[in-house]
Amino acid sequence: MSFLPGIFNYLIVVFLMMAGFYVVIAQGNLVKKLVGLGLFQTSVFILYITMGNLAGGQAPIVTKDLTLYSSPLPHVLILTAIVVGVATTAVGLALVVRIHEAYGSVEEDEIHAKDLADDEAMLDADAAHKEEAGR
Amino acid sequence: MVIAVAAIRLSDLFAVVMLFGVYSLLTAVLFMDLDAVDVAFTEAAVGAGVTTVLMLSSLHLTKRWEALPRRNPVLGLLVVGVTGAALVYAVLDAPGLGDPSAAVHQHVTPRYIEQGQAEVGMPNLVTAVLASYRGYDTFGETVVIFTAGLAVLLLLGIQDDPRMRPGVSTIGDQVVLRSVVKVLIPLILLYGLYVQFHGDFGAGGGFQAGVIFATGFVLYDLVFGDGSARAVVPPGWLHRLAALGVLIYGGVGVYSLLAGKAFLDYSALATDPVHGQHLGVLLVELGVGIAVFSVVLLIFYAFSGRGRRR
Repeated sequence: MSFLPGIFNYLIVVFLMMAGFYVVIAQGNLVKKLVGLGLFQTSVFILYITMGNLAGGQAPIVTKDLTLYSSPLPHVLILTAIVVGVATTAVGLALVVRIHEAYGSVEEDEIHAKDLADDEAMLDADAAHKEEAGR
Repeated sequence: MVIAVAAIRLSDLFAVVMLFGVYSLLTAVLFMDLDAVDVAFTEAAVGAGVTTVLMLSSLHLTKRWEALPRRNPVLGLLVVGVTGAALVYAVLDAPGLGDPSAAVHQHVTPRYIEQGQAEVGMPNLVTAVLASYRGYDTFGETVVIFTAGLAVLLLLGIQDDPRMRPGVSTIGDQVVLRSVVKVLIPLILLYGLYVQFHGDFGAGGGFQAGVIFATGFVLYDLVFGDGSARAVVPPGWLHRLAALGVLIYGGVGVYSLLAGKAFLDYSALATDPVHGQHLGVLLVELGVGIAVFSVVLLIFYAFSGRGRRR
């Protein structure tokens, strides 16, 4: 991408980040929310790797006739972040699976509606119980 | 970018997940282009491989189709638009791509590049920084991965699906697939080992190796029937292996403490400090590799073994 002017990569990062952000806040499906989080995450990865790049540099593996290397530090941070990312995504997916088992749905709205219905049923039962005790 | 947009718009979650895999692969190509070979490696193995498999198995456990959106997207778009505008404004001041005067190239980077070779004694600077200079961070990351594996196990547990029979694949008897995979698996495992132990010299290291190794077993399980991999590597072993990996890493640290140096100061491992560093990095990477491998495979078992309910 070295032929592209300066901040083009950053603009892509912002676009991807906002796309992921939008999915997370505006869409109701929990699996899709996780994909959105993934998009957001990769945009951060691209941001770091872009920062570490050096014009005319090479991959940071030392050889005799090279002196310019891209910065290894962002690479290290992102390398571990990717693997941690998949682990946390797995935790998220596990939660989604359990939610589906408990509610029969992975749509935020349906889960919320079910919660409200459960609460109301409980309040009703409570009220009936009190009435009985009053008599 | 196009793929990302398509992934958001579609409501067939299966297609969304597949597109996300393609997107990861493209990101890996971009990393390669930006000279981050180690990162590209990891992204290709993790993003395009493991994540896709995990997402597909959780789709299998939930639903394939997304419900029609009922809410108004305007508020969300507004928030995203404002945040995006603020970020673009911030980005206008950012140093250009590959600018040598950027802050990233000023502080510790020159030291890593100039002294790394002499102090740690290995050509791959990414591995040197990962395991030696930032050994504490990496230890933390390994523990996070271990904890995430524990969390998945607590949430899902590893169950034996009664319908699961080793040797009987749910996708049927695919002769071509079987023969190709039979040839591929030893190569994948061998490659995983190479990546593990050659990480000091070329691109690679414990994180990538662990994932690649686990991918080999996942592939075996997918093609040769659910539960085949369990016959080869039982979950009980993996519990112990995951703990062992973290233990190796921590053990190296404690050993250097006992030898009178700081925690994770590898120069305590041998009389020659550079040699000690090399040995320490090798051991630590081995610990990382074992931990990552067993956690990834455990997570896969947890998802694949769970029978669909409701």
